[in-house]
Parts: sequence; structure tokens; C-alpha cells
Amino acid sequence: MSGDTRLLALGLIAVLSSASAVSAFLSWRAGGKPSPALDNLNQRIKAWWVMVALIALAFVCGKTGVIVLFALVSFAALREYVTLTFSRRSDHWVLLGMFGIVIPVQYVLVWQEWYGLYSIFIPVYCFLVMPALTALRGDTERFLARVAEQQWGIMLAVYCVSHVPALMTLPIPGFEGRGLLLIAFLIITVQGSDVLQYIFGKLFGRHALSPNVSPSKTWEGLVGGIAGASALGGLLYWLTPFSPPQAAMIAALSCLMGFLGGLVASAIKRDRGVKDWGQMIEGHGGMMDRADSLVFAAPVFFHVVRYLWT
Amino acid sequence: MRVLKPALRSVTATVLAAMARVVTGVRPIWSGTSPSRGRRIYFANHASHADFVLLSACLPPAERQRTRAIAAADYWGKTRLRRLISVDLLGAVLVERNWVERKSDPLEAMLEVLDSGQSLIFFPEGTRNMTDEPLLRFRSGLYNLAVARPDVELVPCWLENMSRVLPKGEFLPVPLLCRVIFGAPLAPHPEEDRRAFLDRARSALLALDPRQSRAFA
Repeated sequence: MSGDTRLLALGLIAVLSSASAVSAFLSWRAGGKPSPALDNLNQRIKAWWVMVALIALAFVCGKTGVIVLFALVSFAALREYVTLTFSRRSDHWVLLGMFGIVIPVQYVLVWQEWYGLYSIFIPVYCFLVMPALTALRGDTERFLARVAEQQWGIMLAVYCVSHVPALMTLPIPGFEGRGLLLIAFLIITVQGSDVLQYIFGKLFGRHALSPNVSPSKTWEGLVGGIAGASALGGLLYWLTPFSPPQAAMIAALSCLMGFLGGLVASAIKRDRGVKDWGQMIEGHGGMMDRADSLVFAAPVFFHVVRYLWT
Repeated sequence: MRVLKPALRSVTATVLAAMARVVTGVRPIWSGTSPSRGRRIYFANHASHADFVLLSACLPPAERQRTRAIAAADYWGKTRLRRLISVDLLGAVLVERNWVERKSDPLEAMLEVLDSGQSLIFFPEGTRNMTDEPLLRFRSGLYNLAVARPDVELVPCWLENMSRVLPKGEFLPVPLLCRVIFGAPLAPHPEEDRRAFLDRARSALLALDPRQSRAFA
């Protein structure tokens, strides 16, 4: 384990331990009074321990471990997404292909580091082949809605998510063998921004940002969260090939994308009349509830790094 | 063979329940009742061969081992392979649903299982629903069972999404999230006739479908 990795691990354990300590203190002060908000906070922090442990385990297993982890994230996210979409019996084989072919092929291409193909496999080839298969089945009932929803699902849950492990494959001069730390930087700043937006929103939130889409999002939360996460990004510059100001700016961009991802995910949930994508992660909801910000941030972060640092 | 069969069934049930959880992330919602050791008839909507697996995956392990599915003899007893799967591996009770040609009394076979202290999983529509209707008309079996054994609880169970996970005629399941919603037990009123009870039971099952309460534009 390199010195940087050890420092990162210790830092994460310190942050989670203080979160657990704060929540234990709040529970003690509440004196056994039942409080849904506090229960939820406790569940969320416990789930964070589990998520950090799983990511750490994947990191220990290296490139293959990280690719398998994110393939599973894609599987869980796509399953939640497709559950909420409209499909007919004639879509059965296309849906099976989304899980059984699209996910494995995309991640194998990432594993092979074949940028030329994994960056167009879903937006070009799946985009053309899947509606063709649906048309061949001859069922035209709500055809456009069905094929559009299928394409959206693999773009969000597979294509975008696969850009997280793809960060490992970027050949950055002078940064060889440190791709995992770049992934850690992205996940920590984007997820950190989610947590900070939640905290700033709870403490100072007054002005709703988009009450029709998500009543819990406020301007105060957004500004505080992104400012805090940018500062965090600047402090974590040593994980990346960036200078501190560059790290802060890239973190700000990623977190803004992450915020928009959360907003789009909320709009989809609102459209389908559900509060959460699922119940997979205690206190947080489904996989998509946790990953929505990463979905929007990962491809943009990936391309910024690719164009400016390779 | 006598010792082997129950062991084989028990292993099959455990493996299938685990697979159901991996594929569908299934979770039980005990909204109108809670798990019980008493004899019960779980009645559910039917769209897929895997319905029984989904429902039994939601029961506590001890309950699962002593709950038998009712299956149609004309389908599940037709070939040796089907009989092996349904009777030997899944422990299903085969009954004849054709009133005209049947040789044995279906009610008799089901009561025998209940009287041995076991519970039943029963699909009162009598067949897999392939229509756009959420639920078909109930056949009489449920009423006959309820009248014959009034002390057995009738629990409605709504199976979500199974028609999309494994529709009729398909072999591989699409992984989608499923839930099983268990409603409040019901029993026929003394002066209630067959049709009135079956309609009431059908409405009680339908009322568990979350889509019914969600406002659809």
C-alpha cells in the first residue's frame, strides 16, 4: 500500500468515525425519543461504512475488482430503472439482452481499455440494434416510448456508470499506476457534495430550488454543498495529477453535474410516482438514489481529464 | 427414496428462494398480517410459473418447508419431466381442474394437505393471466376450501411484476424488482353466497396492488 493510499484510508475511517460519533451523541441527547430523521441518519452512516468497505475491497482486488464492482452497480441500477419503465411481453428478449449482453460487453471493453469501442458501443450500436429488434417483433404499441426508455436505461445505468472504472485506463504521463486514486477522488468529491448538500440544506435551507421536482433541494444546500466539495477537492489534489486550484475547479464541475444528475433522477421518480428507486441501501433508498450524481459526473470528469491530461 | 425426497425438496426450496432474491431482490410487505405458524391458504394473482417460487421465498424458512403449492394436473402432470419438477422437486399438489373429465376430487386432495397441518399456495384464477386485466374472475375452488375448513386463514398475496420477469412461454427471467404484499386474512360471512364471497376475495387481492392506489393519468 502506498503512502497516499494509506493516508486516504485513514482519512475515510476518521471521517466515518466522527460521523458515527456525532450521530451517537445526537441519539443520546434525544434520550430514546423516537425520531425518524435520526433513525435515518444512523442508517445512512451505517450504510456508508458498508459502501466504503466494499469499495475498499474492490480496490484491493485492483482493476478487475473495480470493474466487477461497477458492473454490479450497473446491474442493480438498471434493475431499478427497468422496474419503473413501461414494457410489453414482446420486449422480453431486448430486456434480457440489456442485462445479459450490454452490461458484460461494456465492462469487458472497459477492461480491454478499448476506448474507441466502449465510448460508442451503447450510444451508437445499441441505439440502432435495440429498436430494430423491437420493430422486428412487430409490436408497435407505444413503440417510441418503449425504445426510448430502454435506451435511456442503458445510457444512465451502464454507459455513464462504466466511465468510473474507465478512469483507471487513462494513460496520464507521470501518473502511471495511480488510476484508482483518481476514482477515489471522483467518488469522494461527488458523494461528499451530496452529503454536504444534505447537511447545508437541513441546517440553512430556506429557498426551494425546484419544488416541483424535489422539495428537499434548496439554494442554500446547493451553494454550500458545492463550495464545500470544491474545497474538499482542492485539499485532495494529491490524489490526482491536478494542481490544487485545478482540483477544486474540476471538483466543482463534477459536483454541479452530480447535482443535475440528482435533479434528473428526482424528475424521473416524480414522473413514475415513487419516492425512492428501491430499498437496497438502508436509509438511502435504492442503488440509483446513491449513484444518480455519479452517473452524471463520471463521463464529464472522464472527458475533462482525457482531453486536458492525456 | 423416502428419506431422500423431503431432503431434496428442502434443498430445492432453499436454492430457488435464494435465486429469487438474487434476480428480483424480492421482499415481503406484511401489510395486513404477519408470518404465522397456523395453517393458511395463501391466494395470489397468477402470471408466471415462478409465482410460487417468489411467494415461498417471502415466507420464513420453517413456514416455507410446510407450505405446498396447488398445481394443475393437466399441465404439471402431463410429462415425466414436468411431474419430476412439480411433484418431486417442488412438492406441489396436483389437482385436476377440468370438471367434466376429472377422475379424482380436487377438493379432497387439497383438504388432505391442510388436514396434515400444512399450508397451501393457491391461484384462484385457475390459470396464468395473459390479459391486460390485472386479475381474472376467481373460480370456485377458494370458496369450497374456505367453507370446508373455516378455521384456516385465507391470506391474499399480491405478486408484483412477475408477469414482466418471466411471462408465459419464456424461459429466462428478466431481473426486475418484485414485492409480495400480504393482506389481511378474510373468511366467508354466514349468509354470503359463492359468487359474493369470490368477488369480495378478488377485490381484497386487487386492493393490495400498489398501482390501484397510485393515481394514473
